[in-house]
Amino acid sequence: MSKIEEPVVDLELAIQHGLNEGEWEKIIKILGRTPNYTELGVFSVMWSEHCSYKNSIAMLKTLPRSGKRLLVKAGEENAGLVDIGDGLAIAFKIESHNHPSALEPFQGAATGVGGILRDIFTMGARPIASLDSLRFGPLNNPRNRYLFDQVVQGIAHYGNCMGVPTVAGDVYFEDCYSGNPLVNVMTIGIVKHDRVKSATSKGEGNTVMIVGSSTGRDGIHGATFASVELDEESESKRSSVQVGDPFTEKLLLEATLEVARKNYVIGIQDMGAAGITCCTSEMSARGGFGMILDLSAVPLREPNMSPYEIMLSESQERMLVVVRRGFEEEVKTIFKKWDLNCVEFGKVTDIKDLQLYMNGKNVGTIPAWDLVLGGGAPVYERETIEPEYFKEVRSVDLKNLPEPNDYNDVLLKLLSSHNIADKSWIYRQYDYSVRTSTAIPPGSSSAVIRIKGTNKAIATKTDGNGRYTYLNPYRGGAIAVAESARNVVCSGAKPIAITNCLNFGNPYDPEIFYQFKNAVLGMRDACYAFNTPVTGGNVSFYNESPSGAIFPTPVVGMVGLINDISHITTSWFKNDGDFIMMLGTIKGELGGSEYLKVIHNLVAGDAPTIDLPFEKRVHNACLEAIRRRVANSATDISDGGLAVAIAEACISNPDKSIGASVYISRKLRNDVLFFGESQSVIILSINENRLLEMERIAAKNIVPCVTIGRVKDNGRLRMNDVIDVSLEEIKTVYTNAIPGAMKMTS
Amino acid sequence: MKFGVVVFPGSNCDHDTYHVLKKVVGAKVEYIWHKETTLNFFDVIILPGGFSYGDYLRVGAVARFSPVMREVIKFANSGGLVLGICNGFQVLLEAGLLPGSLITNDHLRFRCQDVYIKVANNKTCFSRSYESGQVLKMPIAHYSGNYFADKETLKILEGTERIVFQYCSLDGNVIPEENPNGSILNIAGILNENKNILGMMPHPERAAEKILGSEDGLGIFNSLLRES
Repeated sequence: MSKIEEPVVDLELAIQHGLNEGEWEKIIKILGRTPNYTELGVFSVMWSEHCSYKNSIAMLKTLPRSGKRLLVKAGEENAGLVDIGDGLAIAFKIESHNHPSALEPFQGAATGVGGILRDIFTMGARPIASLDSLRFGPLNNPRNRYLFDQVVQGIAHYGNCMGVPTVAGDVYFEDCYSGNPLVNVMTIGIVKHDRVKSATSKGEGNTVMIVGSSTGRDGIHGATFASVELDEESESKRSSVQVGDPFTEKLLLEATLEVARKNYVIGIQDMGAAGITCCTSEMSARGGFGMILDLSAVPLREPNMSPYEIMLSESQERMLVVVRRGFEEEVKTIFKKWDLNCVEFGKVTDIKDLQLYMNGKNVGTIPAWDLVLGGGAPVYERETIEPEYFKEVRSVDLKNLPEPNDYNDVLLKLLSSHNIADKSWIYRQYDYSVRTSTAIPPGSSSAVIRIKGTNKAIATKTDGNGRYTYLNPYRGGAIAVAESARNVVCSGAKPIAITNCLNFGNPYDPEIFYQFKNAVLGMRDACYAFNTPVTGGNVSFYNESPSGAIFPTPVVGMVGLINDISHITTSWFKNDGDFIMMLGTIKGELGGSEYLKVIHNLVAGDAPTIDLPFEKRVHNACLEAIRRRVANSATDISDGGLAVAIAEACISNPDKSIGASVYISRKLRNDVLFFGESQSVIILSINENRLLEMERIAAKNIVPCVTIGRVKDNGRLRMNDVIDVSLEEIKTVYTNAIPGAMKMTS
Repeated sequence: MKFGVVVFPGSNCDHDTYHVLKKVVGAKVEYIWHKETTLNFFDVIILPGGFSYGDYLRVGAVARFSPVMREVIKFANSGGLVLGICNGFQVLLEAGLLPGSLITNDHLRFRCQDVYIKVANNKTCFSRSYESGQVLKMPIAHYSGNYFADKETLKILEGTERIVFQYCSLDGNVIPEENPNGSILNIAGILNENKNILGMMPHPERAAEKILGSEDGLGIFNSLLRES
């Protein structure tokens, strides 16, 4: 038993735990007394930003969170659940592990993957694909290279061992992420409707069991740590980062899926942030019951752990299972088969409190409902002020920039920019082909996973442009949704739902909260326009380092459905002589572009404009062209503009590059035309005898569609009379950029 | 013809292998749990890919001590056909059923990609559906696929035509540029002395359906079916 003296609980200690004075008073009111040390710990983690969403939930509620395909509403369960027909549903969610990854990148990223996988299989769904959305500082800095390298290896370590393919993602390198990298991980799982398990607890006398790894002192206060800014002292909080064991998690996955099929299992929830505390309170609050828990029964990794430590530990690879009374042995047999712990440590009670006992002695009693989001956890509406920097960035005169003389050189520079260059250095470290379902591996517009036993597939992609959102939070939020939707459309999928991870700075700064609020509004409008509700996600505030806040970075994880696998389409040109057509229009926009950053060293202007109903019509036209087998390839214009999109369509087929000649007449300066990042534009390649049909499809959807060139098997990319480069040269700079940077030694 | 797919804790290509045998090839197949101490009747036993026992200590090192391996060794020594894919290959080496070892890739990273392999010997129970010298496209996905053996062993392997697959270019040249992991002689798959055990790093089960971009792996399963 613990002999450690517990500190005196007072306001000062509460503040050290990240609570404020109002929250401290609220706790005293709820309990009718001063909390003891364990209770204070429990309140502090449950009311941390990470668990309570106290500063974001009011805004999140403005997002569309229901729809005819959604089987549960956002936030109701561990992950969203979307019907895909055939009695099947997909569960998916994205989560951040930014702060742990800033300190201990390998384990931080690895346990991020572990956590999101558990969120999925706890629902009874088998994980079928993972994605990761990453942001780092520039690779010319050795610390950034170290973070990048270790994060990628950490993701590979965990995901590969689990046998879940990592199939897509996105990555950007930008100064603002130095010191505060972003590591957002997403997993998609599949489950039969009648096998879905809820994260609930009910029925007086039913048994509460803890399964999986034993509980240690790792990760205590991880949730609280995630809810403050990183500073010089953060390094000393390295012990807040958990250590992952993917092998145990693989066993836990198989055992959980086996047990989830049994109807004597009332509910399951994984232990992520705030460990036993979060599971027991959320499950109890959801079911409207309480629990009496014997903490001395919890299998421990080290002796003499206090109730405080047991309740707050974030040891990985653990789950909480509530089992109908009398079926405990059945559950134990399943976990024993997989050589995992499975221990009874509590009972469900009608009294709606969490009653904590240690060696027969009561060590805490808290009403479950008062701890949780949607219950008694605080909710705040924060102040907003339009950021000062807007005036400065928007006043930059982009009309009179010097025009480049050598467009070949500009194109090659853009293709070797790490934000655009080939990402195979990353994804070749991930097992993307395990599960024999990856129909389009990384390297196309989005990844496509076929659904075994059906004729269907899903397409998925993450996107989020921090630079756009910095320049214009509303447009940045809307474009994150639009671009990810466009990317799955280009693979032949209809966008059906999203998950989002909202990475921002300190919400108590009104300028930051302005960014947050407007980015959410942009996402909301785009989600309504595309009929893609938000199934759930994650908010990560306090992404700041001593040099300031990150660019506001909303990341969208999009899922699209392909009803017929013969519609699966890749982004690259295929046939000599095919016509290259452009759906949509290039506008005269340079703001926020990669061209401005790489060539003129500017982050300036306004983000590209976006007309959401028009974007939707472009999707419809593209999907119709794909489904009627008119389009042989489809890719959108994004970072680097038209020239980069065409260059990528020439070289991204892993089996064979193929050239193109493009002629496009517009009254725009060539740099604006070729490198501007106009939204809602898709490039298609089409056989000559289907051109009329394509024009009819475009006209029907009221979208401009013009021929801009032809695919030519001549090994060159030519555009107007300003670009003429060999594909070999393009491929060399494109593929060598990131591996070359990672070989730097200083 | 009945196939058995061993399930170690940490196996993660067991379902894929089972799927291909049952749904694509149409063969009889059963899982074999690692705790089994007696085996039903099987014609072929497959040790699938994955991270058996987390691959802690050393790849395949713990799996060789699992109860089922005693039976697999007995089965193999009595002439039964055994195929080890990726982690399965690593386990076969640790169990002493195949010579040499698989060490960490020369670039020290996990590597997942499609590779081309050349059928160096098509007169085996595992490769008879292929033409001699045929080039196959299949994915690899491993951290420790760098095959190594001493000169003596290599000489024997070469002299007795026990090298079945070698990494090569699209047009069949076995050259260092096409070696994805540093394997000596570009070795991707080898046989035991009696030629009833094959270990290979590429994943034929991931190249057995058109939608996955290659059906070249089917030949291995079809070759085994022709054994009956």
